[in-house]
Amino acid sequence: MPATLFDKIWDPHVVADLGGGWSLLHCDRVLVHDLSGGRALQEVGEAGYAVARPDLVFATPDHAVSSAPGRTSETFPTGARLLAGLRKRAAETGVRLFDLGQDGNGIVHVMGPELGIVLPGTVLVCGDSHTCTNGGVGSLAFGIGASELRHVLATQCLPQKKPRTMRIRFEGEAPPGVTPKDMILAAIGRFGAAAGTGYAVEYAGSAVRALSVEGRLTLCNLSIEMGAKIGMVAPDETTFAWLKGRDFAPKGASWESALADWRALPSDDDAVFDRDLVIDMRDIAPQITWGTSPEQVLPVTGRIPDPADAPDAEKRADWEKALAYMGLTAGAPIAGTKVDWVFIGSCTNSRIEDLRAAAAVLRGRKVAPHVTAWVVPGSERVKHAAEAEGLHDAFRAAGFEWREPGCALCVAANGESVPAGARCVSTSNRNFVGRQGTGARTHLASPAMAAAAAVAGTIADVRSFAA
Amino acid sequence: MDKFITVSGPAAPMLGANIDTDVIIPIQRLVGTGRTGLGPYAFERMRYAKDGSDNPDFVLNRPQYRDSPILLAGPNFGCGSSREGAVWALMGMGFRAVIAPSFGDIFFNNCFQNGLLPVRLPEDVIRRIADETEAAQGARHTVVDLARQVVVTPDGAEIPFTVDARKRDALLEGLDDIALTLKQKDAILAWQTADRAKRAWAWDSVER
Repeated sequence: MPATLFDKIWDPHVVADLGGGWSLLHCDRVLVHDLSGGRALQEVGEAGYAVARPDLVFATPDHAVSSAPGRTSETFPTGARLLAGLRKRAAETGVRLFDLGQDGNGIVHVMGPELGIVLPGTVLVCGDSHTCTNGGVGSLAFGIGASELRHVLATQCLPQKKPRTMRIRFEGEAPPGVTPKDMILAAIGRFGAAAGTGYAVEYAGSAVRALSVEGRLTLCNLSIEMGAKIGMVAPDETTFAWLKGRDFAPKGASWESALADWRALPSDDDAVFDRDLVIDMRDIAPQITWGTSPEQVLPVTGRIPDPADAPDAEKRADWEKALAYMGLTAGAPIAGTKVDWVFIGSCTNSRIEDLRAAAAVLRGRKVAPHVTAWVVPGSERVKHAAEAEGLHDAFRAAGFEWREPGCALCVAANGESVPAGARCVSTSNRNFVGRQGTGARTHLASPAMAAAAAVAGTIADVRSFAA
Repeated sequence: MDKFITVSGPAAPMLGANIDTDVIIPIQRLVGTGRTGLGPYAFERMRYAKDGSDNPDFVLNRPQYRDSPILLAGPNFGCGSSREGAVWALMGMGFRAVIAPSFGDIFFNNCFQNGLLPVRLPEDVIRRIADETEAAQGARHTVVDLARQVVVTPDGAEIPFTVDARKRDALLEGLDDIALTLKQKDAILAWQTADRAKRAWAWDSVER
C-alpha cells in the first residue's frame, strides 16, 4: 500500500486502537513554555499523577519574557511569576529547562529544531498552536490545549483521530523577492483561513525541495493560519545535513541507523492525498496582509479591496470591519501606506537566514525617522550567530533596536506591545484584532519586506530595494 | 469535568467568520489570571467602551442575550491560538454550547475537555435559529440536547447533529480521560520497549 509521509509517522506511533476511529498516539517529545508549562506540570501532580517521561519533555521560557536589552527574569513582573513556576516545577519533575540567557534558550519552535530535539519521523506536541512549525524537519508536530498537555505529560500519549491528508505543491522557481513567507501567505490567501481544517498538510514540489530548513520551518509555521494543525515537509539530504551534529541529534552508529529510517519517510510516488493542490511559483509576488485575518492578503503591488466587490453579504461585513480597524481606504494601493512600527522576529521569521535577508536590505540604508524598528532574534544561538556575522551592527547602524530572544511583539504577553492605532509591518504570524496590542494594526510580511518598509517608512515593494 | 446533558435558552448570534481565540480572550488576561474568573474578560475588546462601560452595540450586551447559554457563530470559530483560556472565558460568561458551521481544530478539542459543547450545523440553519430568536426578541429558547443529538429551534423544529461517540460519552459522563488512558499503561510500556529496540536513535539521543 502506498503511504504518505504523514501515514509513515502516524501509523507506527499508534499504541492502541481505541475504536470509533480513535488511536492512542505516542508522543516522542513534548515541549513546554513559560505561559502554560509551569501550571501544567503542577496540575499533573495535583491530580495525583506523575510526569510519565520527564526525559522526553523540554522546557524554555519565551512567551512572557521581556526582550529588552539587558533584561533579567524580573523585567516583566507578571512573566517573572510564570517563569518562577516553570523553574520550580521543572526542577521538581526532572524536566530539562533551557533558562533565560542560557545556551539553548529561545522561542520554543526555534530552539526545538535548533537543538535537534525535534527529529524527522518523531511525534512532537506542545501547548502552542505554532507547533506545526516543527514539521519543517519532517516531524509530525501539532499544538494542543492545556488539558491535552496535562494528558500527555501524565501518560506520554494522546487519544487522537487521524486527520485527512492534503498536499500543496509549489512548482517552479521563486521569482525575485519571493520568500517562504510569501509562499505560505499566498496559499492562505488563495485557499482561505479554514481550508486546512481537519487536514495534515504536506508541502511538496520543486520550490519546497529548493528551500533551506529555515525556510521550511517558516512555511510550516503558518499551517495553523490555514486551519491545519499539522504542516510537514519530507526530510531529505538538506534536512540531514542541517541536523547533523546538533546537540540532541543521534550520533555515530545511532545517526546512521536514524538516516536509514529517515530516508524511507518521504511519501511514496503513488501515495494518494484526500486533497491535492498546486501553486505555480510564477503567480506569487511579495505578499502583505491588509486585514485582520491572514487570508486577507495581497501582492504588494495590489490595491486594498473594496467591500462592494465582496462575494457575499457576510464577507462584505467582514471586509468593512477589517478596513475600519486597519484604518485603510478601499481601492487605494497598499504600497505607500504609512508605517509606524516594524517588527522582525517570532517563531515564523527569527532564524539566522531571516536576519540575513533583512540585514541585506538594510545595509547602507536608514530606518525612516518616524518608524520604531525592532529585531528580536529567535534564540540565544541565533543571536550569537548573528553577532558573529556582524548582523547586529547592520541592524543598529540602520536604526533598529537589537533585542534579546523571545516571542516579544508577536504575542504581546510580555509587557511589549504596539500602541493603539499604530501601524506595524511584522514578520510574525497573526494580524488578528489586538494581537500586537489593543488597537494595534498589523501587516504580515517577510523579513525583507519588513526591512524595506522600515526604510521607506511606508509599505514598500522590496524588489525596488535590490542591492 | 462538568457533565453535559441538555442546555436551553436564547441563542445569541455573533455570526462573523474567523473569530479567533485572541478576540475571545486577550493573552494579557491569561498571563495574570487563572482558569476561573475569565468571564468578565471574554470578548473584552468588543464588549466594553473606552471608559469601561458596556458597549451597547456589542450583541452579547443586548438584554435578551445577557444570560444566554448558547452562542451562534460563523465559520472557523475559535481559529488561531491553542489557548484553552478561550473556552474558560466563554464558560465564565455562561455559555455551555457553541453552534457554528466550522471550528478551529484545537479550540474544538479544548471545548470537549471542559464541558462546552461545540455543535456543527450548516450556515443557513444557524441563520434561521438567529432569525427565529431575534423575531421573538429572545423570549423563545433554543434547546441543545446532546443525548438525542438534536437542536430544537425556537419555532420547534428539530435539527439533528452528530458528535463523535467517544467525545459524546465523555461529556455525558464527565470522564477523567487521563485515568482512562492510564488503563492502557501496559500497552504504552510495551510500545515504548518495542520502539526502543526498533528506533534506538529516538531514545538514546535524549539520554542524560
